Amino acid sequence: LSATPEIPKEDGRPKWDNKFQYILSCIGFAVGLGNVWRFPYLCQIHGGGAFLIPYFIALLFEGIPLLHLELALGQCLRKGSIGAWNTISPYLGGVGVGSWVVSVLVSLYYNTVLTWVMWYFINSFQEPLPWSVCPLNENRTGFNEECYESSSVNYFWYRKTLNITPDISESGTLQWWLILCLAACWAIVYLCTIRGIETTGKAIYVTAIFPYLVLTIFLIQGLTLPGATDGLIYLFTPNLNTLKNPRVWLDAATQIFFSLSLAFGGLIAFASYNPSKNDCEKDAVTVAIVNSMTSLYASIPVFSVLGFKATTAYWDCLDRNIISIINEFDLPEESIIRQNYTSWISFLNSSHPEKIAGLKLKSCDLQEFLDQSVSGTGLAFIVFTQAIILMPGSQAWAILFFIMLFCLGLSSMFGNIEGVFTPLLEFRITSKSAPKEILSGIICLISFLIALCFTLGSGSYWIDIFDRYAASVPLLVIAFFEVIGVVYVYKIKRFSKDVEWMTGRKLNLYWQITWRFISPLLLLIVFMAFVILQMQKPPSYPAWNPKYEGFPMKEEKVYPPWVQAICVLLAGLPCVCVPLVALFQLVRKHHRSKDPSLVPSEMFSCQGANS
Amino acid sequence: YAWDANEEYLFKAMVAFAMRRYSSKSTTQISNVLLCNVTDRVSFWFVVTDSSKNVTTVPGSEVEAAIRMNRNRINSAFLLSDKTLQFLKITSTLSPPVEPSTPVWLIVFGVVLCLIVAGIVFLIFSGIQKHKKKNKESTERENLEEKVEVTLENGIPCEALDLKPGHINGVFGADDERFTSL
Repeated sequence: LSATPEIPKEDGRPKWDNKFQYILSCIGFAVGLGNVWRFPYLCQIHGGGAFLIPYFIALLFEGIPLLHLELALGQCLRKGSIGAWNTISPYLGGVGVGSWVVSVLVSLYYNTVLTWVMWYFINSFQEPLPWSVCPLNENRTGFNEECYESSSVNYFWYRKTLNITPDISESGTLQWWLILCLAACWAIVYLCTIRGIETTGKAIYVTAIFPYLVLTIFLIQGLTLPGATDGLIYLFTPNLNTLKNPRVWLDAATQIFFSLSLAFGGLIAFASYNPSKNDCEKDAVTVAIVNSMTSLYASIPVFSVLGFKATTAYWDCLDRNIISIINEFDLPEESIIRQNYTSWISFLNSSHPEKIAGLKLKSCDLQEFLDQSVSGTGLAFIVFTQAIILMPGSQAWAILFFIMLFCLGLSSMFGNIEGVFTPLLEFRITSKSAPKEILSGIICLISFLIALCFTLGSGSYWIDIFDRYAASVPLLVIAFFEVIGVVYVYKIKRFSKDVEWMTGRKLNLYWQITWRFISPLLLLIVFMAFVILQMQKPPSYPAWNPKYEGFPMKEEKVYPPWVQAICVLLAGLPCVCVPLVALFQLVRKHHRSKDPSLVPSEMFSCQGANS
Repeated sequence: YAWDANEEYLFKAMVAFAMRRYSSKSTTQISNVLLCNVTDRVSFWFVVTDSSKNVTTVPGSEVEAAIRMNRNRINSAFLLSDKTLQFLKITSTLSPPVEPSTPVWLIVFGVVLCLIVAGIVFLIFSGIQKHKKKNKESTERENLEEKVEVTLENGIPCEALDLKPGHINGVFGADDERFTSL
């Protein structure tokens, strides 16, 4: 007799080529644009080195436990977010649906930020850089007024890139150059996610490692710039008084939470492609620590460059004053230099005070320049681009910088798209007729068409709205239900056994305590504090209005009611999925309970699924 | 370089040159240009007199226009620029930035897009190839399994024996009575 050929027990699920790919994908997903442009800003405004204390406490009690939970869940259940939560309990399927909705919303607007990065990238090949010069006005006697009053970098960002409207209700027109860049960005995303993790696994080697190379180059360059040490001292000088402000703790908790990209469903999807016997505990700790270290590592070149920029602005201010004084008093050239400026000023103030007052000198204070803190898109596209103009060889620095930003954002996009892709793939796993390429193509095409709204004149206001409302509160709610669901519905004892089976070690007391009590409590406190803070003042936004009296300061405008309704919808839609699905299942069970021939759902466990 | 009488002489010569070019009169001499109030800052006032008319000064607007026309010559004579050699009340006309016929960014964008499209086409084609190969392989494997089953049928596996009910052969006596008891 010849034996039947051995068919290996495969469920046809794709898997990672090696463990390094998986870790790199998780790190790439967690490390995103926020590590570069939000963390240094928070460090700066919350007392420098002192901010690291609440940051690491939040990491220990909120970040690492939640990360471990998600990775263990995905690895054990081997399904995407919707399938995983349906398996835990049909009533909790709404948690999976909620995170799927959030992933969809975030994918839409996140790629538009990448569009802006790509636009700057393709404009970096010119000499001189287009954001370094102001265009002339019609009769060529001076510069364009809007540009002259603000600055050339501001003009390039607000007018040449966004072509921003003064109000969110004025939609403006579609900007064709942004549409081209958006199409290119979605094409790149399609190229990389065309066959799911098969292709993203290869792409992640580049997109996750390259930013570290560029950060190192910028670190070396940044430290050699004049004024870099001032910036670094300013950043890291601890001011322990700020710790008394609860706002600092809230910012630390929310920064850790959003930085690790929790509750998107992408991490569950990544972990579900792992072999079951994988040490998810070590993975979680590794990813969380690498993410935080990257934030710290990134803040050094950022602040060196900001210190350099502040010093240059300070020197320019001094030079302007010196020229006017020398012109006024007819002193010989080079008699007043930066170093003896203060002594000269005090001398002249005592001898000729009216003349000095008549000159209307601007007071030059280095601290004031260092204090101008910016975060978000303002940091990358306004402040940093201005600093790059001042460096020798600006084109190369600009190109490197924007490729780095693009890679950072792209690796986060992979996680977002996986969070959308994997559950959809599972719903259609029975009908394998259509290949994966078509599904990813459809996702990218539909997202591109919807994201065209963000290329309107008012697009950047809408992106701010999505960022503030769709990617903040719902994530906290979903994460809270995740922890509660695993600990109290799936039961922590069962989960401990599963994790023990997967890692081969008994579950540490630290995990038990944080999962059971500390993390849900922390999440609840953070959620309530967040909502209360948002409700305290009517939601407003800074608008770029050239006709405003205080121009170039931004005008604070309040959102019109229809926009506020959309904000509530964006924040509420993912949250409301949780009770809605539970209700739906309740109704279905009620109908089904009238039919007694049904078998009750079996007890699920990690080992059972894979033995 | 230090500002001395020679530089002043050069300056007077340049102004005279400018006046000559502007009004295309060749009567302006260096002696027509007068400097006054020279300070250490190196700033001074100057006037241009007209020797043909009785020692009157040329109107300021003419002088301004002449200087504006020859500004870059004057600048290069002193190795200075518009910022370092300032004529009060004469604003410089700015040159517009160079604009190439096709914007550079469009070219770069074209290159990037071509690369992306090439990548997508390549991946889709390799996916179709892999799919075809898998289909061929799976049909081959199905044929192999049929052959295997054929050999099994000839060999009468044990499970098949269990399924078929056994026939008791009546030739061999089943009755115990037929045999002699021990």
